[in-house]
Amino acid sequence: MATIYIDNKPYVVKDRQNLLQVCLSLGFDLPYFCWHPAMHSVGACRQCAVKLFRDEKDTRGKIIMACMTLAKDGIRISIDDPEAKKFRAGITEFLMTCHPHDCPVCDEGGECHLQDMTVMTGHTYRGYRFRKRTHRNQYLGPFLHHEMNRCIACYRCVRFYCDYAGGRDLNAFQCGNRVYFGRHEDGVLENIFSGNLAEVCPTGVFTDKTFRRHYTRKWDLQTAPSVCVHCALGCNTIPGERYGTLRRIHNRYNGEVNGYFLCDRGRYGYEFVNGNRRIRGPLLRGPGGGEARPCTRGEALSRMEEALHTPGRLIGIGSPRASLESNFALRTLVGKDRFFSGVSERERKLSAAALEILQRGPARTPSLHEIRRADAVFIIGEDVTNTAPIMALTLLQLVPCKKVALARSLQIEPWDDMSFREAIQQECAPLYIASAAPTGLDDEATRVYHATPDDVARLAFAVAHVLESGVPGMEGLPENVSGLAGEIACALKEAERPLVISGIGGGSLSMIEGAAAISRALRSVCGKGELSFLFPECNSMGLALMGGRSLAEAREVLREGDADTLVILENDLFIRDAKPAVEELLKSAQHIIVVDHTHNRTSERAELVLPASTFAEGSGTLVNSEGRAQRFYRVFVPDGDIRESWRWIQDMISISGRGEAAGWKVLDDIAGAMAREMPEFEAVTRIAPPADFRISGEKIPRQPHRASGRTAMHAHTDVHEPMPSDDLDSPLAFTMEGYGGQAPPALIPRFWSPGWNSVQAVNKFQQEIAGPLKGGDPGQRLIEPAEGVKSASPDKIPEAEGLRPGEWLLVPLYHTFGTEEMSVLSSSVAERVPAPYLALCPEDALSLGIGEGEAAELIASGEAQQRIRVRYLKGLPRGVAGLPVSLPGVGMIDLPQKVSLVIPAKTADTGKV
Amino acid sequence: METPITKNIRAGNGPPDLKSYEWAGGYRAVRKALTGMTPQAVQDAVTASNLKGRGGAGFPTGKKWAFVPMGAEARRPKYLVVNADEMEPGTFKDRLLLEGDPHQLIEGAIVSAYALEAEIAYIFVRWEYREAARRVARAIVEARGAGYLGSNILGSGYNLEIYLHVSAGRYICGEENGLLDALEGKRPIPRSKPPFPQTCGLWGRPTVVNNVETICNIPHIVNNGADWFKSLSRSEDGGTKLYGASGRVKRPGLWELPMGTSLREIIEEHAGGMREGFSFRAAQPGGASTEFLPKEQIDVKMDFDSVQKAGSRLGTGTIIVLDDRTCPVGAVHNLEMFFARESCGWCTPCREGLPWVREILWSIEEGRGEAGDLERLETQCWQLAPGHTFCALAPGAVEPLQSALKIFREDFDRHIREKRCPWK
Ligand SMILES: Cc1cc2nc3c(=O)[nH]c(=O)nc-3n(C[C@H](O)[C@H](O)[C@H](O)COP(=O)(O)O)c2cc1C
Ligand code: SF4
Ligand code: SF4
Ligand code: SF4
Ligand code: FES
Repeated sequence: MATIYIDNKPYVVKDRQNLLQVCLSLGFDLPYFCWHPAMHSVGACRQCAVKLFRDEKDTRGKIIMACMTLAKDGIRISIDDPEAKKFRAGITEFLMTCHPHDCPVCDEGGECHLQDMTVMTGHTYRGYRFRKRTHRNQYLGPFLHHEMNRCIACYRCVRFYCDYAGGRDLNAFQCGNRVYFGRHEDGVLENIFSGNLAEVCPTGVFTDKTFRRHYTRKWDLQTAPSVCVHCALGCNTIPGERYGTLRRIHNRYNGEVNGYFLCDRGRYGYEFVNGNRRIRGPLLRGPGGGEARPCTRGEALSRMEEALHTPGRLIGIGSPRASLESNFALRTLVGKDRFFSGVSERERKLSAAALEILQRGPARTPSLHEIRRADAVFIIGEDVTNTAPIMALTLLQLVPCKKVALARSLQIEPWDDMSFREAIQQECAPLYIASAAPTGLDDEATRVYHATPDDVARLAFAVAHVLESGVPGMEGLPENVSGLAGEIACALKEAERPLVISGIGGGSLSMIEGAAAISRALRSVCGKGELSFLFPECNSMGLALMGGRSLAEAREVLREGDADTLVILENDLFIRDAKPAVEELLKSAQHIIVVDHTHNRTSERAELVLPASTFAEGSGTLVNSEGRAQRFYRVFVPDGDIRESWRWIQDMISISGRGEAAGWKVLDDIAGAMAREMPEFEAVTRIAPPADFRISGEKIPRQPHRASGRTAMHAHTDVHEPMPSDDLDSPLAFTMEGYGGQAPPALIPRFWSPGWNSVQAVNKFQQEIAGPLKGGDPGQRLIEPAEGVKSASPDKIPEAEGLRPGEWLLVPLYHTFGTEEMSVLSSSVAERVPAPYLALCPEDALSLGIGEGEAAELIASGEAQQRIRVRYLKGLPRGVAGLPVSLPGVGMIDLPQKVSLVIPAKTADTGKV
Repeated sequence: METPITKNIRAGNGPPDLKSYEWAGGYRAVRKALTGMTPQAVQDAVTASNLKGRGGAGFPTGKKWAFVPMGAEARRPKYLVVNADEMEPGTFKDRLLLEGDPHQLIEGAIVSAYALEAEIAYIFVRWEYREAARRVARAIVEARGAGYLGSNILGSGYNLEIYLHVSAGRYICGEENGLLDALEGKRPIPRSKPPFPQTCGLWGRPTVVNNVETICNIPHIVNNGADWFKSLSRSEDGGTKLYGASGRVKRPGLWELPMGTSLREIIEEHAGGMREGFSFRAAQPGGASTEFLPKEQIDVKMDFDSVQKAGSRLGTGTIIVLDDRTCPVGAVHNLEMFFARESCGWCTPCREGLPWVREILWSIEEGRGEAGDLERLETQCWQLAPGHTFCALAPGAVEPLQSALKIFREDFDRHIREKRCPWK
């Protein structure tokens, strides 16, 4: 600890920090631009100037940059010094010389860091009377709008995009005051974290283009704490609504989870909520199928009654994208044994295995924050960039401990970003990737190994063997592979915090077991190491915890005639299983009830469709890959009969004449019932304050105190202001009245603090800058490894299996934009989704004589034949073909799987099929 | 009077080739240092010589070198970088050395690199210095052919490669950290100090950046010793200095003279005095980024300390003379146009302040000046003072302005009062 003096008052602060961070942590309002809590100091803007005094007697002092100065013991500074203040106001005036002053038409207005800092420094009158320098703007793709004249050249955008996120197509050009931030030419910004520029840029240069299409001021957005539903990481978000449409997603800081950033899938996937495929009211379909017709809630309930009249004839299919509460309600309705988990047989098996490994231990599943501290990583079979983007962003930041030590020996602290990067020469922590297909992190990896899933698993087991016995110890392992195994084992062993990452995405049980074997070996031999498994969807982990049988078994039950009514919860079965299997399942049910928010091929088959809320219109709990249960809250009240799925299912339970759900008045009740029934979920009851929580007797308002036009919003129908809807489920209210101070961390609807209107207000909500939120980061971990249990069972090491001639091993490929079901319905994301394709390595394609863009017939056993265009993918092993999972237009095939390919004969003249 | 660093240079002749250079005593210092001296002994000689860096800041070269980690512990490779970016307006001294005697520079670089135990040296040449680059490139080839470069040089066990890098061309590439970025293939932006390049420089390794003229002095110090070197000077700073003069003098040019020669001597004797019809009004003693010295200071001795005491900087030692028939406001505007254009754009005061300064000066010069403009300019000078900006470009840029506002105050006032430039 160090004692520092600010305006002659002593403060005890943590060692080795810079003065800006320290001052902000202490709650001082010191303006800044180029410094960013995640990207640290570069000393460019000169806005954070303070006075430094040599000692008590020094009265003159000198101006220094707080962000570039170590807060060392005994240092004396002044923030209030008149000269320092004058300097800071002067800097703001400089920044404003060519600024267009177009706040009224600027999307950033009202949440602009430049506005806030200008007010903070007291600069009011612009003395510059000359022509302003102007720039032209660029087209940057569907996500970001570009308005370069507003730039204050803080360099945050390029530092985020290139240095932090590894992007290559944005840069600073020109020099002097002509410096320009953009692409070398107009075009789509390719990096999948580009949307963060809207939050990173302190002015209105980069703004959310989708928000712009239905723009409203921040102070008019109704917001609530939420959780991203587009992958299993559960990044915390702040969705904003007005007039019944969801307008945008902002980051919600959670020190343990996403920190300051979101990926573009998470930020821009939200448009499905407003989409024209939404199910907005109950629908009925006649027995013969055909068009469904809208019906009243009463009609829906009576049809429900008919369908449910015979107890014991019912089965329920849950969903990895529905909340814990909705899945639990369904499980309660149908009973534990008649609850099916709604994912493919393979996924169910892999998830259960992964979960069991994590519960058994000894390795623990780390939070993203803990992953940030890893110093050697081995990824087995996951394309992290495309299945869990923010984890990939986290992995890009890893620095080996010895590099930090080296920098410190040169008197460079890691927050001195430019010097630190120079000292460590961008050298990352060792990162090894073994997978069947190339992954998004390959370019950053120390070494990559591409082979069939079984060979990848064999490498993993070899690594485990080296760790345990010093030798790979496996028959027939090629020399280069055993060498690699030795190298990886060595890197993991040398690291202070080694991490193994695998997951469901590779589709291979042996890869998961291989990862587990390594982490066990690391734990038992070195006493360290963490293990992270990636799950595919926002509540896959929750569903795995809940259990449930597979879809194949559901088919069996129906075929045997043990059931005739199917209740499907928020699930399109056609992306879970091959079409013929799903057809069989649906055909063997007499009644199908679907509760969902969006039309899909499954809902088209239901006789009764009930409108469910999306994450934005309902509240609930999701469990992320780490095993962290997190609550999302209703952002706005939807029109009509849209409700949380569990409420529809609660009706079904009551209609069936049963009492289990009678006590479920609010979300807390069903969560409590779930915890009682399944102790794994006990912690869910503690993830947030209960619904009756009040501060000074008041609820927490979802609307900012500056929300405007409330009385005008409904004036076209009624001159009286309507009563705000009540929210029984949470301590949040749909009004602008209520408790004005800071809410408890799980209930923070937006970051705002007096004088801090931009996202940077988050500074005021943290215990210390970039640390946990005051009151602790929200969420509760549901999985901790059992203490002291050591698994003895040796894992079965897969044989290296060859392929017969004419046989191809088809493996899954992932796309940030394309793989996830809901985000592809968003029009902005849809622009980034690739066309369906089949990937072959160029060598294989050549030997088949098939050119890029030409079509091939894909034949998988028991599944419909698909015709699909071929794309060359360098790095795929020979004999392995890749198929993008869930990409619109690509039929569902259980992967990996052996398939055959037929190349249609070419017509002589064009060479095209 | 001895002129060690220009003795091989003959106006109108090409540079000496390897043979003539050796014949004139060249590469003796390489032989002496590499086969008879330890690196530390070379460093000691340089420290004892009181050689101060000729790149502008006048930092003692021996002291700079002493910060480089030495021995087996040091991180490698270590680098020596010769700064031949010379883009300061009014400065053209390094060009003479590069074009006139490239082998001297190579020899200096070899001896300096040896003193630092550096394995690699770069010569970073300004883009426009095409001829210089050609000549240096040829000299490198010749030196390698003669075994002065490469591995095990002269059987000493010492290895060195020298690479020529022709810059893409910007003033900021002359700032040592901007230069290192440019060498690394990055956007040239100065780096924050500390760390200094000596510990964390090119590609994060120990690096010394020295000016061409600094390096050219090294062989002579090694050959003749520190005392001889100090005896060349008329001041505390050792050696001779390449002084230059431009402006309305009779014979603009460059002269190698004892360090500490007076401004008057340089202008009146070597440059032949002012041209007919012009009289001396003030001068920038060391390039565009130094403060004007008024006529009263013409007897100042041109060494680092004396010029500093007189209120300016020796800088590069190339004098820009302002005569009585040139508008000082226009002259300063011209300078600021350059600096505003060359600001790298990294830090706010320089990036936004200099164009503003330029605009105010231009409006004053055009008769559009307003009351308060001069106070505004003074504020800008303060805002761009040392420590307030990220590197020394901005403070250097406002040095001439700051002094002009004092020395030529009445001229500025007249412009504003009369709403025109009195010289036009
Ligand atoms: C904006 C700027 C431009 C510079 N340009 C040059 C240059 O062209 N040549 C040079 O030798 N030094 C230049 N310098 C000084 C260098 O940063 C550095 O101090 C010098 O190369 C060190 O050499 P020395 O110790 O031999 O003087 C410049 C400095 C600044 C701030
Ligand atoms: S575009 Fe935004 S983030 Fe980038 S430099 Fe300009 S103001 Fe900063
Ligand atoms: S990484 Fe996953 S959870 Fe996070 S924003 Fe992206 S899609 Fe959402
Ligand atoms: S002072 Fe000028 S040249 Fe130096 S870093 Fe700042 S903007 Fe760049
Ligand atoms: S925040 Fe310190 S210089 Fe920009």
